[in-house]
Amino acid sequence: MNIKILGSGCANCKKLQALAEEAVKELDIPATVEKVEDMQKIMGYGVMRTPAVVINERVKASGRIPTKDEIKKYIQDEV
Amino acid sequence: MFSAIDWILQELTFYFSYGLTVLFRWVLDLFGANPSILESNQYKGAVNFFFYDTMKIFLMLAVIVFIVSIIRSFFPPERTKRLLGEGKARGLLGNIFAALLGIVTPFCSCSAVPIFIGFVESGIPLGVTFSFLISSPMVNEVALVMLWGLFGWQIALLYIATGVTVAIIAGIIIGKLKMERYVEEYVYNIKMGDVEIENPTWKQRFRDAGYYVLEILKKIWPYVIIGIAIGGIMHGWAPEGWLAKYAGKDNPFAVFVAVLIGIPLYSNAAGTIPIVSELTRLGMPMGTALSFMMSVTALSLPEMIILRKVLKPKLLAVFIGIMAISIIIIGYLFNIII
Repeated sequence: MNIKILGSGCANCKKLQALAEEAVKELDIPATVEKVEDMQKIMGYGVMRTPAVVINERVKASGRIPTKDEIKKYIQDEV
Repeated sequence: MFSAIDWILQELTFYFSYGLTVLFRWVLDLFGANPSILESNQYKGAVNFFFYDTMKIFLMLAVIVFIVSIIRSFFPPERTKRLLGEGKARGLLGNIFAALLGIVTPFCSCSAVPIFIGFVESGIPLGVTFSFLISSPMVNEVALVMLWGLFGWQIALLYIATGVTVAIIAGIIIGKLKMERYVEEYVYNIKMGDVEIENPTWKQRFRDAGYYVLEILKKIWPYVIIGIAIGGIMHGWAPEGWLAKYAGKDNPFAVFVAVLIGIPLYSNAAGTIPIVSELTRLGMPMGTALSFMMSVTALSLPEMIILRKVLKPKLLAVFIGIMAISIIIIGYLFNIII
């Protein structure tokens, strides 16, 4: 599974990335969490507000920081 | 209900002022200084102003920012883009619609670039995009609260109405100038994916709004406190009308200078308004004050640097020029009317 955190390096993006990494660890699922900072790639997902979380190329949330439980649910939906 | 809250604020102001005075007396004693200043009306006026207004502004900020965030959760920029891009609103109607949507759509200078690209990519005319881009940061909830709390709701409404008007007019002019080729080329090469607009639950809306309130307060509290402290000192010591002879209606350069000073002051929008409210008490005319505040919120240096990423220098210069001229005209207009 591939999880992407979209954002241009603001504090919220880092917070979201940390949450996503924790969620992955707690679910014990093989998944990579990577950061996308390139504006053109971010726009390619149709996202206009950062931070956003993309799982398996699908935008799950944008413009807000979801809770850890929400992130876990997004991950489980994609399993 | 408001009078009950006001009563609580006044009681708290009394106790806080008393506590601060005890502290000051102790410090002055320590240095063997004369504590008679603590008995003066100037000191009392300044301290009361500081505590009362700080508490009032923070309370209003929390409540209004919360309500505005809830309303905004219904208007994400993706939806705004769709509304404007469907071609229902062309021409003048498009500019009006874009400026009004700018009030409710969440916006911070960090998302100016993605929103600009998104709008242009979906075929929204450049002039309409600019109407949105101008009204969105200028007509924001923090400015609204500060104006409402310190000047009353009439001035707050007047500010919103003028802000929207400036956005509409500036957007129309930029549209008429046909400056599409002065947008950086790469903007036209970006292909945006289509995203499903998520519909948050009420629980999520409330949680996000609470989160947003904290975020805003964390960001602006030092400016608010410093701004109100300076306002408080002016309130206590500077006599009413004192400024009128320098920055009054008779000085034809006052509006112009006010707009210039406002440009580098962006992040301090929250701290600027308490000082401006005192400046008007000291005799600065309302038009000058309004154009100063608009310049602070809409013509900021950091925002210009961000916009430079998508606009070529010529279009950026035209944008700054049109904004500055409209804000100055509004200043003179209100100085004549009010």
